Amino acid sequence: MATALMTAPPEISWVDRLRSEGAEGQAAVAELHALLLKAARFEIGRRGVQLPHLRGGDQEDLAQQAADDALMAILRKLDEFRGESRFTTWAYKFALLEAAVKVRKRAWQGREIPLEDEAWSALADAGAPAGRGAEDAELFAALREEIERLGERQREVLVAVALNGVPIDVLAERLGSTRGALYKNLHDARRNLRAALASRGLRVGTGGEEEA
Amino acid sequence: MKAGDNREAVLGRVLGPSEPELTCEQCFEELDRYVELSVAGDPADARVPGMRAHLDGCPACAEDFASLRDLVTQEGD
Repeated sequence: MATALMTAPPEISWVDRLRSEGAEGQAAVAELHALLLKAARFEIGRRGVQLPHLRGGDQEDLAQQAADDALMAILRKLDEFRGESRFTTWAYKFALLEAAVKVRKRAWQGREIPLEDEAWSALADAGAPAGRGAEDAELFAALREEIERLGERQREVLVAVALNGVPIDVLAERLGSTRGALYKNLHDARRNLRAALASRGLRVGTGGEEEA
Repeated sequence: MKAGDNREAVLGRVLGPSEPELTCEQCFEELDRYVELSVAGDPADARVPGMRAHLDGCPACAEDFASLRDLVTQEGD
């Protein structure tokens, strides 16, 4: 009990130390940077398969950049830490995000965004598995028609992200937008598609209930 | 899209979750709390409504969740 009273909770201690002037503040920043670097290396390590051409030194550079950027974001947003998780968990998410975005962008560097035609053929394949017959063919044909009727931005985002597997951060960079704004486009596109299919009387089961 | 994708996976990606979901910004804001609840075995989905639906609909946020969960789990080992 005495120890608990004498020791500030680590979460509060982190924020206070990072706000400290002088050597204590600098030490806290250095300690935090080391944790962020560890998290960034963790993320880049698990995504290494996406970057087979990246050498070890380049991966380390990417991790350092991610840790640096995460540190800046955290110091800017320190007031937003609400203490609803451990401080380190809160901080790690910034490093993981920075690292993941950098890996996705690096993996797509120099690659073109796939064309809509690639999505249509894949959509047709998905709609023609054995044993489903005319009902599914109608559903997928209607789906393509309704995707083509979407507004340009909604269609562009839906086809790229949901059908062609383009990471949303990569698409956001190419379109000069943000992940959040594009996800809103995707969300609206999905809502419109669901409504359009329902108005055609098409029942869409994405779960396993129709498999029984 | 990869060859061999099944019907449900494609429909799931195209049509997304049908229930209300968080935005990407809200997801990032709640991610640390949601991960700690999940790792602790607490009812994370009930405590953070809309998170599960968003993770089902947003591949990038789902990857961020998996990474933070695995890092926190590794730290706890």
